[in-house]
Amino acid sequence: MYETNYHRASSVADAAATFAKGAESKFLAGGQTLLPVMKQRLAAPSDVIDLSKVQEMIGIEVSGDTVTIKAATPHYDVAQSDAVKKAIPALANLASGIGDPAVRYRGTIGGSLANNDPAADYPAAVLALGAVVKTNKRSIAAEDFFKGLFSTALEDGEIITAVSFPVPAKAGYAKFPNPASRFALTGVFVAKTKSGDVRVAATGASQSGVMRVAPIEQALKANWAASALDSVTIPASGLLADIHGSADYRANLVKVMGQRAVTAAG
Amino acid sequence: MGVEGIGARVVRKEDRRFITGQGRYVDDVKMVGMSYAHFIRSPHAHAKVKGIDSTEAMKMPGVIAVLTGQQIVDDKVGNLICGWAITSKDGSPMKMGAWPAMAPETVRFVGQAVAVVIAETKNQAKDAAEAVVVDYEELPAAADIKAAIKPGAPQLHPEAPGNIVYDWHLGDEAAVKDAFSKAANVVTLDLTNNRLVPNAMEPRAAVAHYDQAEEHYTLYTTSQNPHVARLVLSAFYNIAPEHKLRVIAPDVGGGFGSKIYIYPEEMVALWASKKVGRPVKWTGDRSEAFLTDAHGRDHVSKAEMALDKDNKILGLRVKTHANFGAYMSLFSSAVPTYLYATLLSGQYVIPAIYAEVIGVYTNTTPVDAYRGAGRPEASYLIERMMETAARQLKVDPAELRKANFITAFPYQTPVIMAYDIGDFHASIDAAMKAIDYAGFPARKAKAKADGKLRGIGLSCYIEACGIAPSKAVGSLGAGVGLWESAEIRVNPVGTIEVLTGSHSHGQGHETTFCQIIAERLGVPISQVSIVHGDTDKVQFGMGTYGSRSLAVGGTAIVKAMEKVEAKAKKIAAHALEASESDIVIENGEFKVTGTDKSIALPMVALAAYTAHNLPDGMEPGLKETAFYDPTNFTFPAGAYICELEVDPGTGKTSFVNFVAADDFGRLINPMIVEGQVHGGLAQGIGQALLEGAVYDNTGQLVTASFMDYTMPRADDLPSFQLSHTTTLCPGNPLGVKGCGEAGAIGASAAVINAITDAIGNNKLEMPATPDRVWHAIHG
Ligand SMILES: Cc1cc2nc3c(=O)[nH]c(=O)nc-3n(C[C@H](O)[C@H](O)[C@H](O)COP(=O)(O)OP(=O)(O)OC[C@H]3O[C@@H](n4cnc5c(N)ncnc54)[C@H](O)[C@@H]3O)c2cc1C
Repeated sequence: MYETNYHRASSVADAAATFAKGAESKFLAGGQTLLPVMKQRLAAPSDVIDLSKVQEMIGIEVSGDTVTIKAATPHYDVAQSDAVKKAIPALANLASGIGDPAVRYRGTIGGSLANNDPAADYPAAVLALGAVVKTNKRSIAAEDFFKGLFSTALEDGEIITAVSFPVPAKAGYAKFPNPASRFALTGVFVAKTKSGDVRVAATGASQSGVMRVAPIEQALKANWAASALDSVTIPASGLLADIHGSADYRANLVKVMGQRAVTAAG
Repeated sequence: MGVEGIGARVVRKEDRRFITGQGRYVDDVKMVGMSYAHFIRSPHAHAKVKGIDSTEAMKMPGVIAVLTGQQIVDDKVGNLICGWAITSKDGSPMKMGAWPAMAPETVRFVGQAVAVVIAETKNQAKDAAEAVVVDYEELPAAADIKAAIKPGAPQLHPEAPGNIVYDWHLGDEAAVKDAFSKAANVVTLDLTNNRLVPNAMEPRAAVAHYDQAEEHYTLYTTSQNPHVARLVLSAFYNIAPEHKLRVIAPDVGGGFGSKIYIYPEEMVALWASKKVGRPVKWTGDRSEAFLTDAHGRDHVSKAEMALDKDNKILGLRVKTHANFGAYMSLFSSAVPTYLYATLLSGQYVIPAIYAEVIGVYTNTTPVDAYRGAGRPEASYLIERMMETAARQLKVDPAELRKANFITAFPYQTPVIMAYDIGDFHASIDAAMKAIDYAGFPARKAKAKADGKLRGIGLSCYIEACGIAPSKAVGSLGAGVGLWESAEIRVNPVGTIEVLTGSHSHGQGHETTFCQIIAERLGVPISQVSIVHGDTDKVQFGMGTYGSRSLAVGGTAIVKAMEKVEAKAKKIAAHALEASESDIVIENGEFKVTGTDKSIALPMVALAAYTAHNLPDGMEPGLKETAFYDPTNFTFPAGAYICELEVDPGTGKTSFVNFVAADDFGRLINPMIVEGQVHGGLAQGIGQALLEGAVYDNTGQLVTASFMDYTMPRADDLPSFQLSHTTTLCPGNPLGVKGCGEAGAIGASAAVINAITDAIGNNKLEMPATPDRVWHAIHG
């Protein structure tokens, strides 16, 4: 690791101000992505601003039809939260399947979204549920937030403060883990909104990051049942291919995980 | 059996220090004035080193030296050696290219060191390494066997035209041809034995110290065989004569073969410690382990089997290409030859066998022995052939095996090995009973109704452990003897130290070896210490690999103990005024049989050291040494059966059951044996389902971290059902065979046989990832 200056932020405003002062600042949340990269000397921030103790960024609130998870809330808290389990059980379930216990204790939803790993789990939920990403500057709709692999709508120094999820009528998540990393080789989140719309997002599959899956959405709109996907084919073009899964295998997984997500959603 | 004697499930003595974090590993060693080494490694699989400019690096804070490959050559440090000479079919010796510890001119795999920075701190060494400018001229690379042997392939070493190290054979080609001409059925199969990265939990490390006053070196290193390391470092690398070099392998966190070898980093640390006049520490990180620890396996084979009309095997023909990587590592040459082709008879009567093995250089990390070493490759081949044959002939795979089992011992195979003893029917019967083989069709039908593809797969392995005798291995080209030594010191108050040339890096010697003493002398194991891993303490030893520690090292202990016992009996008889032949040992007491006269071991020991009242002419002291050279290998064998389900939607495999019935001869500590089997099975299953080193066609290791290289985790594995059938090894007084590698040898074929049974497609390579299995199902 290269030498760096560590700052513990006391508030969102303090974090933003400290960030602006550094030559090449970086926010640090759970450190589950940033620290390994720094240890390998692949990142060399001049200043690291720790968000993990900023109280206004930690916690879960449910009000009416919205679940709000503040950005520095670790995955473990989301997985364990009775409120989340009740309002959007699929979201708690998704959080409980991220990495291993150590990763879940430290890693945060804000860090996961800011990083936008193409195989991360949360982006699928955010996109399928039509969540809103709140920052210290604005609110960003899920559709506008994800911009391809490891890239987002966030501006330099912009801080995710919370994510608001509308409570769906039904939702389910099914993940096929990469055997080595246990990130999603392909994960599919299906949601039926209270207004009857169907939104489906797949992570781990596409070369351009998390994506909506139109053929599955259409089939489920017509008939919310796993069997409705039997005749759906997902094109392999544009999908990721690596030693763990070819593009056609991932295309199959999008469909099969879609079916299992529907079954899980009930 | 006493509570701590042979056969007792004694809790491991060493675990207390390991579990409480008090183990002492190489990286825990700190020396006054210690400096830190960081290696500069090639990012290219094949390139010329045109120049190394360290001007800027030398100006950086804390930098002591930047040393290069040219300097190591100039100082006449020897090249790395391969210790087993193999002769090709045509009588020519194997063709080896030079392997300098750091590359002065040409790099041949990604990760090969070209220079080293020595600095006050590790971070300073890393910083400076980034400032060293290495000018490479890239060359085309041959990243796998196919690319290396095709016409016009890039050449790695001028000494080895066509990248062929040797073209070796074993067996009777004419007899095999004859067998095939008489065959009623012929079964053929192409197989790949996937390359594995050992990934011991502790990465390799070295702390080297040169004492100018004494002209003496000390090396702490992560070694499975510190004496062999000293021998090689002094005899071949010219670092120091043996009496001026002490090698210590303290607690070592796993080896699996990868810590047998003497690697460039240890050599460079020793050489550099004199050059810079400071102790030098190097601790590898996980990325370096992936790139530079010797990998395992990597065979491509074609196998053909001839059977008669009664399904008896007539002959076996095998052609294997073995990938050695860019250089010949210490024992690499022996692995795909004498540790592989010699086991191709498996558990079966095969009248004629002919094997050809072509060793190939590629621009990849060197390959050498890894848990099982050659025997997993042989066992996988023969056991997939048996299953393939059974399916082709439409007979039950268990029945086909039984019909061909060797049943009379000793049995001379056509490929050197003479099996001393075994009972293959006993182990397959035990395994079939444990898994309810007869009930499988009903279970398969039920699984089908649930949308799952269920399969069952067998693997009846045999292996050869405790490689020996020295004379025989010498005649086959080995550069070393393969005996073991032990020294037993009974101290004046009766406590005992056992010095062994075996090395424990997870095997539990500190417990098992004590149990042998406890059984014989009736002393509690708390009174016994095992001393190992230090060339200044232990007279000599060949180390631990090839499941040899108990069969060879343990026997040396028994031999030394016999001498101790004989002398102690003489002392006791003298003290008790009895005849030596009337003395028996019971619970730590030397008794005159049929009387109540006795003397306890501590009093015998004290008498030996006070020497006030010893028999006339007897030397004082109670300390004996033995060197033991076995007369044959030992032959552990067993039957593994795996039952599993495949999810046709995803190709994912889930275990239903895994049973193992092993014959290891006598078990000294069944709990430790079970632990060894569990670990071995995990590695065998890992090879079958999860692990595989993948290079791209430019020679970059794609699976260079745990993000891409799938190490088995607990939830990838089933709960194992273990059992033992026992035939005592006639070759050693303990009747033991060795258990360290069996799981890794036998498991992979059972898994692949089960998957191919489940999906009804025999074309499946390891690792059988969900992607591969799904494609095998759906085409
Ligand atoms: C072994 C392992 C397994 C894992 N498995 C999974 C898995 O199965 N599924 C999965 O989805 N993820 C997985 N992860 C990733 C994990 O979920 C991380 O928590 C996540 O990627 C990053 O979150 P973090 O809080 O640790 O962020 P950090 O590592 O601290 O930061 C990541 C990036 O986000 C930025 N950042 C952090 N917080 C904010 C914020 N509030 N506003 C703006 N920018 C911010 C940082 O500056 C940095 O660039 C795994 C990680 C590891 C180490």
